[in-house]
Amino acid sequence: MNGTGAAKSKRQSYDGVVATVPVTVPYQRYSIESGQWWIGRALRALADGAGISHRDFDGFSVASFSIAPDSAVGLTQHFGLSPRWLDTIPMGGVSGILSLRRAARAVQAGDADIVACVAGDTNHVDTFRKTLSNFSRFAQDAVYPYGAGGPNASFALIARNYMKQFGARREDFGKLCVAQRDNALRNPHALMKKPLTLDQYLAARPIAEPIHLFDCVMPCAGAEAFLVMREETARALALPAAKILSTIERHNAFAEDPIQVRGGWAQDAGELYAMAGIAPADIDVVQTYDDYPVISMMQFEDLGFCEKGEGPDFVRKHSFTINGSFPHNTSGGQLSVGQAGAAGGHLGIVECMRQVIKIAGPTQIDGARIGLASGFGMINYDRGLSAGAVIFAGDRA
Amino acid sequence: MSKPIAKPKRKNPLERTREPLLPPAPRSRTAHGLTRAAAEGRFAIQRCAECHAFTYPPRDACPRCLSDRLPFVDAPTGGVLAALTTVHVTADSYFRERLPWRTGIVTLDCGPQAIAHVHGDCAEGERVNMSLQLDRGGQAALFANPISRTPDMQDDLQWREMTADPNQRRVLITDGRNPVGQALAKTLAEAGAREIFVGVGEQWKPFPNEEALRQIGGVKIVPLDLTDERSVADLATDIGAKVDILINTTDHIRPGHLFDAGATLRIGETMEQTLFGAMRLARAFAPVMIARGADGRHGAAAWVNLLSVHALANLPALGSLSVSHAACLSLSHWLRAELARGGVKLMNAFSGPLDTEWFQTLPPPKVAPAALATAVVDGLRRGLEEVYVGDVANDIKTRLTANPKALEREIGQ
Repeated sequence: MNGTGAAKSKRQSYDGVVATVPVTVPYQRYSIESGQWWIGRALRALADGAGISHRDFDGFSVASFSIAPDSAVGLTQHFGLSPRWLDTIPMGGVSGILSLRRAARAVQAGDADIVACVAGDTNHVDTFRKTLSNFSRFAQDAVYPYGAGGPNASFALIARNYMKQFGARREDFGKLCVAQRDNALRNPHALMKKPLTLDQYLAARPIAEPIHLFDCVMPCAGAEAFLVMREETARALALPAAKILSTIERHNAFAEDPIQVRGGWAQDAGELYAMAGIAPADIDVVQTYDDYPVISMMQFEDLGFCEKGEGPDFVRKHSFTINGSFPHNTSGGQLSVGQAGAAGGHLGIVECMRQVIKIAGPTQIDGARIGLASGFGMINYDRGLSAGAVIFAGDRA
Repeated sequence: MSKPIAKPKRKNPLERTREPLLPPAPRSRTAHGLTRAAAEGRFAIQRCAECHAFTYPPRDACPRCLSDRLPFVDAPTGGVLAALTTVHVTADSYFRERLPWRTGIVTLDCGPQAIAHVHGDCAEGERVNMSLQLDRGGQAALFANPISRTPDMQDDLQWREMTADPNQRRVLITDGRNPVGQALAKTLAEAGAREIFVGVGEQWKPFPNEEALRQIGGVKIVPLDLTDERSVADLATDIGAKVDILINTTDHIRPGHLFDAGATLRIGETMEQTLFGAMRLARAFAPVMIARGADGRHGAAAWVNLLSVHALANLPALGSLSVSHAACLSLSHWLRAELARGGVKLMNAFSGPLDTEWFQTLPPPKVAPAALATAVVDGLRRGLEEVYVGDVANDIKTRLTANPKALEREIGQ
């Protein structure tokens, strides 16, 4: 990787930078509104939550699949913002982590004081189909024409391979889905309101074997957002905040693996924990990117909670519920809350902030001091290319 | 195991004919390197000219060395089906009508991972044989087949979407007097064609091997004179909705020199028979075929033109035939674009001089009518767009690619 032979530079800490005002605009299965409308609602909620005007946001970072033909610049005029720092992160499920990372450095360097990180997408009746067919050049040339099964078919192949190689069973994936549904029943914003049993999970109709109905997220409309600012700014505004202990991102890792069995986390997790000065066992609550349960299982391994191949056993040992062992995807995750386009990559971050700030309300776990949230995304061809993670700590951590 | 295609039931006239839908068509320009190989039945993917690594999907720079010299070259067809899934839910209407649909990821022996359509007889973890097929939209697609023949494997429904197999289909051959037409009738009958209509003009005039032609199972002699608009239209009214594969065997070979007296008249006659004949045929039959592109799972599938390879490079000894077939070739590209709407393929079979009486003065090697017929049926079974039959046709094709100016100089000598 480091072909120059020079030592890899040491990551600087995020000391003095915090994330605050976690915001969710409640999801809808379908919406007749535009992507801009959902982003507008999130900006309003951020301003209300911070008790300041949106014109005080001097940094703006946006992630969305449904703002075309607008760019981030167009949105500044649309919303009456005049930022001195502007970013757009068109990277799906990893956009939340990337947005946070970039915003944190901008604040640290003094390029901006208050950055609004917003992800929002609408979901018209035909949005999902259009996104699929235009997702990437490789998808257009070499995936979509092969049955147009979308991510379900792509992850079916990854899940098949993982089950074969590491002995995971459908029951193991089902356990994660059922636990997340239990958690979601406490979350008033979750689109899935009915309990789910393992029997129901196993009996569901096939979508693309071994993926069945309850392995899939429901595409929907919604928005998630947060603010990044200096600790002293948050204190002056009396905003409870989450410290950013460490973050990582990695793209197109392990290209030599014939079929994806690990994500980029496996390459950088060591640095993630070293920078935070903690070990995996110190994490109190985990929000993985759960577009499919097999990806969550992979993350338990890649983020160091167990060894590669031990994911299925790890799942058999824990309950993953709010009151149980290894609380995981406490909001219900995308599997039970819904996947609001690019906001899907922010859902876990926002929930993780709430947990360590201890404002999660009905989904709050006891003793949440340190939390980890991850992002994953961009099935460009045969695998998810982008991986990212953040470790947050509450004030008293 | 593939289920053999049963003889289709009589169509319920009250049932609506399915509108032809096509699989997703957009491709990058680079990806059409695959289309070219698929049209000719070759398996070719990109290989870096600098570091020699094979790469897929199609790229504009080599991921290993960033070279932009990435020609499509014939690649080893072996691979292992690493993972397999069956799609039950799809975002696309074409696939929705054809579910469930098997796709998988194949680790190619030459390196890359390829997402491909998967034949029903391939099992996960086993070796497969890759080919490039033209799908119903005319776009190239990777297809994983079993490495050795399995019973009725050609009847796999996904494979059949990529091909125009004559099995259980109905065919029209335009000229029964032509020895090639006769050979085709025999070969198609052996290939399982359900009905074989064979056009004969002025039926009161006897012709060689007429009785043998009439004896072939499924053959029905029908009146057809391509120079007569009325005759073509009448036949289309009669059987147009029953033609799944149309093979235009009409030719008109009259040797002669460009400066001979009456040469203009002769070219005119040749054009009347071949170019305008093909046009009359297209106008009468193609619209029905387009509409029937998805009429059941075995509806209209292909249009075939038999062309002289000298359509590509004029042979002075057969000047008027070369000119008229060059025009027919251009017409075929026009017609291909029209047929594409219905998912109907157009295949051109190019051959050198045939072993028939009109080519008597030309030296060997020549193509036997039976060999041409076999090549056409093989092309239909493989779903090809271009077939070159015999040594002369392949020689001309290769020389044309190598240096068209050299060919032009040498062909007249």
